[in-house]
Parts: sequence; structure tokens; C-alpha cells
Amino acid sequence: MPQRILLGDESVALGAVHAGISSAYAYPGTPATEIMEFLLDHKKKHGRPHAAWTANEKTAMEEALGACFAGRRALVSMKHVGLNVAADPFVNAALVSTHGGLVVAVADDPGMHSSQNEQDSRWYADFARVLCLEPATQQEAYDMTRDAFDLSERFRVPVLLRLVTRLAHSRTAVELREPRAENPIAKAPDRDSWILLPANARRAWRALLERQEEMRAWSESCAYNRLALNPERRELGIITTGLARNYYRENLPDLGWEPSHLHVGAYPIPAALVRRLAAHVKRILVLEDGYPYVERELRGLLPAPLEIAGRMNGGVPASGELSPDVVRAALGLPARVPVAYESFPIPGRPPQLCKGCPHGHAYQALREALADNDQSMVTSDIGCYTLGALPPYSMIESCVCMGASVSMAKGAAEAGFHPAVAVIGDSTFLHSGMTPLLDAVAADTDMTLLILDNEVVAMTGGQETLAPSSRLFDVVLGLGVPPEHCHLVEAAPRKVKELAELIRREIDHRGISVIVTVRECLETVRRKARHAAAGAGAPGAGGAGPAGAGPAKDARQEVTA
Amino acid sequence: MKYDILLSGVGGQGVLSMAGLIGMAAVGEGLYAKQSEVHGMAQRGGAVQAHMRLADRPIESDLIARAAADLILSMEPLESLRYLEMLAAQGTVVTAAEPVVNIPDYPELAEVHRRIRALPRAILVEAERLAREAGDPLTMNTVIVGAASHLLPLKPESLERAIAQLFARKGDEVLQRNLAAFRAGHAAATGAPAAAAPR
Repeated sequence: MPQRILLGDESVALGAVHAGISSAYAYPGTPATEIMEFLLDHKKKHGRPHAAWTANEKTAMEEALGACFAGRRALVSMKHVGLNVAADPFVNAALVSTHGGLVVAVADDPGMHSSQNEQDSRWYADFARVLCLEPATQQEAYDMTRDAFDLSERFRVPVLLRLVTRLAHSRTAVELREPRAENPIAKAPDRDSWILLPANARRAWRALLERQEEMRAWSESCAYNRLALNPERRELGIITTGLARNYYRENLPDLGWEPSHLHVGAYPIPAALVRRLAAHVKRILVLEDGYPYVERELRGLLPAPLEIAGRMNGGVPASGELSPDVVRAALGLPARVPVAYESFPIPGRPPQLCKGCPHGHAYQALREALADNDQSMVTSDIGCYTLGALPPYSMIESCVCMGASVSMAKGAAEAGFHPAVAVIGDSTFLHSGMTPLLDAVAADTDMTLLILDNEVVAMTGGQETLAPSSRLFDVVLGLGVPPEHCHLVEAAPRKVKELAELIRREIDHRGISVIVTVRECLETVRRKARHAAAGAGAPGAGGAGPAGAGPAKDARQEVTA
Repeated sequence: MKYDILLSGVGGQGVLSMAGLIGMAAVGEGLYAKQSEVHGMAQRGGAVQAHMRLADRPIESDLIARAAADLILSMEPLESLRYLEMLAAQGTVVTAAEPVVNIPDYPELAEVHRRIRALPRAILVEAERLAREAGDPLTMNTVIVGAASHLLPLKPESLERAIAQLFARKGDEVLQRNLAAFRAGHAAATGAPAAAAPR
């Protein structure tokens, strides 16, 4: 069998290609971004399958669902909080009859390496009453993705594939299998099954509930859920899910014996296997990354006849990701002793805006503009510019979810606060900022919106935005912002004074105003220069000077409409 | 055999390229390898780490356990000290000597170097200077891998072959500079007293 070194994310992407997908859609988000990056690269080399970034996770889910509506297989991928955005189509997709397989790959971020929360996507699968697969290795990520498409078509539901950061971003060799062909185009045989009018939806819901037992039976017999009982010793049983198995096995040599062990890689929870383990041991330790999903089911509300340890009783810390060391402590093993060293306080080195970043100039101008006000409020959003929360800028005061900068500023302004300023990036604006701006335009809310347009989705590695700078301004105008209060300014050192003056003026205007600051992300400029140099086959000869060079080439910059 | 390497540095220094080079050499020797990386927000000029695990049998955890790393391989001296609790009692630190000062409270460099030299096994290499001498400051990560090459459970030929694989498509000049950087790192760590300060 051929082998390839793959990230967990890439294993999912290639698994989907080999499962015969026709389409894939995604919005960038750490730690799921590399799924689509791989697929775009694959498409460039092989022409198929169709793969594209979308405006947000909801449109990604719906576009994938459309492919399934046509009988084809489709993959949609996102980070965990993206599933909140896509929850509406996801939950309802469980009720329509997906005859073309739909797999939803969601990368959770326990420990919040790059996220606002550590929500556990297994609850979403449960909520929608669909199957969930949780790979523990890159090999399983590949195999499970392939199986997930078969399961989706067999049970006629979307299948959620739950990844976590440490698997998504870890790389190792994966054995590949023979690819499967794409599905032929075929509309759903039963028209009613896709029209969720109440009468149809009630029927679909009953049918989905009836299928729950079949799904449970599948889960109890599938190879991803494994129970091994130790006939000799009964004092302890272990339940692991996903990656926890690796950390558990890593510690087994030091434990010195093998307790009875149930590994859960597929949901619904294999209840029969859990009951067999529980009947065999006196105490169960549950090791799972994310929320205590299995543990909570186990505990229920009534007292259990055996002791259960996990995140809910402090047996495992209630928050944060698992690691070999967290599992080691949960198993009661003593901590290892590191090299002898004299400890000394190491100053933190938080991430920061790149030197010369256009966002820095925008923040500098905003600081100057707000300097005369006794009070001010700056709401912000998700992206590189969130780093404006840290010194030396310390400019922004909120970061909640995609698009919330605009709507929160509107809410604060309408509650009586002045001046209310919102700061959002171009891609986040297109993702979820347009709709609240429509609200603000309709109400002519007394607020000022700054759109920091760096012409790219920067934080996740420089993906292309859906509306280039040349069109973004027209989108804003098209939402109905009065042209005399809609401006386009270059985010450059020599423009800071002018920008500050403009912000001051628009804050004084008691109604909606929008200022788009534009200059290309420095990382993108550098990357393009590197590619140009590599393409020319002359290393170091790339003419495009990197840092500091490259003012935005948009002809309309500096124009105020 | 199992060999755990914690790689550290500052976002943008190419910590992942060091891991990529070692991983490629390991796979070339038929070893099992797992490489855990950090993507996303942390890459923006912040402290970055990656875990590289090598073994002659399947590897379970993607992450190295506390006090289990055989080697800390660092592109920056302060960052080489950040993860010492990960280093096994018999482990070694190999680090570049030149600092990246992008924080206001960076400690005095001499003090940082003194703390590194005070470790039971540490190699401090003037990687930036050696990279420049090799013809390209961008070969700094290759210097560091060279400086640790005598400690890694890999043949130097495998590492040089991996360098060839990685850099061949960038032209012969880039390849030769990286080979020179690798050898300079190796020489500095294992002998030449002017360039290295081994203990």
C-alpha cells in the first residue's frame, strides 16, 4: 500500500478525495484550515474534486448540501465555532434524506490555542441525532473519513467527523487505499424528503428517531469501539475517546498493568459496551479531550453503583486539553523529574502584529482620533487585528465572535453610548459583518465602522478573500451607507494624520459611517515575492522588496466617495 | 529506540523547517516519526514550539511528555530555556546564541547565555554568523540541525540526503549553502572551539 506523510487535516482531505467526493467547501479557521488548503492544491494538480473557500461556514454547509441534493458526495470543513454559524443547515440536514454522502469535518480546539472557546462538537452530533466519528490517529482520520461517507449514505444523515488541534496539526505516515469513483448525478428519489414543510418534517423527524436504534447497534459492533476486559483485575476500568487513547497507552508501561479498557471512536455512545465494562470493574476513569461528554452520560442524575472519575469530579482537570502528563496524573502516576536547572522567570512572548503591519497604522490613527474623548468604546472582531488588544496598541475592547464588532457597536450606540467605533477585517466583514451593517444602515445608527482591508484572510495563513479590495467598497456602498459618510483610505504611515482626522469627523457625524482602510498584508506581499523569485529560478533575485514596500496598488485608494 | 525533540523559537524563524528536515531524514531511514506543529495565531512573532518524535516502533502520543525530551533544539536562546521542564534528566539543549528581542522585558543576553551554559548538557552555537558565512542567513535552521546532528539517532548522510531533497528544486546554489551551513553547525558543536561553547 502506498504511504504518505500527512497532517491529520490532510488525512481527512485525502480520505475524502479517495471516498469519491465531488465537492468540498470551507471557511478558513484554525485548526481546520489545512483540510481545504490540501484540497485546493489537489484540485490544482488533478482538476477534481471541486474545492472552494466560501463566505462563511453556513454557506459552505449549504453548498455541500446542494451537492448531496444532486446525489454527489461532499465534504465541508470548519473549526468548532464555525459549526455554530452552520448549525441551522447542519441540524436540518439530518432530516432531509442525504443520498449523496455528506461529511462535516469539524476541528475542535481544546486548550483554546487559537479560539474563543473549547466547545465540544460531539454535542452537536448528538443534538442533530447523527453519527459522529472521532479519530485518534492520522491513519484513523483517513480511514474514518472514507467510512463516514458510506455511513452517511447508509443512514441518510450527515456524519460529523470530530478532530482536535493536536491531531489536525500533527504529521505522520498514512497508508492509503484504492480511491473510489465519484457518485453519478442523481436527484433524490423522494421529492418530499427534501421539502421540510411541517408535515414532511414531522415524518422525517419520526423516521430519524426510529433510526437511532440502528445507529446505536452499528456503534456497538463497529471496529472503532473496542472493549478489552482484564479478567484478573477489577479495581479499575478506563474509557478513552479519540486522542486520549494515545496518551493513555503512552503511560501504560509505567502503570505496569493493563486495566480493562473501552475505547470510543464512534458515536452514539456504545451503551452495551459501557455496561459490560461497568459490570466488570469497581471504578471507571473517563479520559476524553474537550467536554465530559461520555462521562456526563455515564453519571446521569441518579447515583451509580460504581465510582466514576473524570473531568466532573476533578479526576481530570475540568478545562484545557489532555496531554500525556494530564493523563499520567489522572492514572495516579508520579510526575517525571526533568533535567536539573535553576528556575528563573521567563518573560512571555505573546503573538503580535508584524512590524509595519497596516493594521498598526490604522490603530495609531484610531488612537489619535479618540484621544480628545473622555470616554470611547471600540468593539472588535476575529482576526490578526484582534492583536490590537495587546500593547503597544491596547485599542480594542471586545472580541466575541465573527461579525459581533458591528452589531455590538450598534447595540451600544442605541443604548446611548457615544462614540461607538467598530473595527473589523475585510474577510470577517464578508463572513458576518454585512448583515449587522444592514441593520445599522436601516436604523442610521450613530456609530463608526472601520473595515481594515488587508486584501487577504491573514491570520489563517493568507487565503484569498471572496471580494477583492476593488469590490469591497462597492459592497459597503451597496448596503446603503450614505456615500458622503463612506470613505476609502490607505493604511500607511504617511496617511495616519489624515485618517485620524477623518475618523474624528465621522465620529462627530451622528449617524452611520464607514471607513475602509486598505493596504495589502505584509506576509502576503513577502509570500508573493518569494514565489516570484522561486518561479524565476533565481534565488534572492526577486525584485519585489519585501517589508515596508508594496503600498496597495488599488487605483481607487485615497479616493473618498 | 525512541528520541523526542522539542523544537522552539520565535514565530517566523522557521522552527517547522527544522522539524521538516529531521522528519524527512528519519523517514528516509525507515523510522517512525510524528511531528506536532503549531499553526495559527501563535505564529505571529510569538513563542513557537513543535514536537518531533522518532522511534523504531509505532509512536502513540503526538505530544512529548514532561521531562521526556531527549533534545531541545532552539532557534533562539531565551526560547531554549522556556521549555526546560520538558527536558529529560539526561537531555541536551542545542540553541542559537543570537537573540530575537521583540519584547520589552527581554533579559540581559549574557545572563541568558550563562543559564544555558549552566545546564548539564548544552551547546550554544552562533548560528546566525555561521549561516552568513555559509552564504545565506536563511540557512540558520540548517546550522542548528547540523549542530545537533551528532546527537540525533540519524546518520549524517541521511540528514544531508534530506537537505538535498528539500533544497534541490531551489537551485544548486541554495543546496550548496545549506550543506555548508549543516557542516558548519556540526563542526561548531563537536570541535571548533571558536564557534561553539560546549560543556
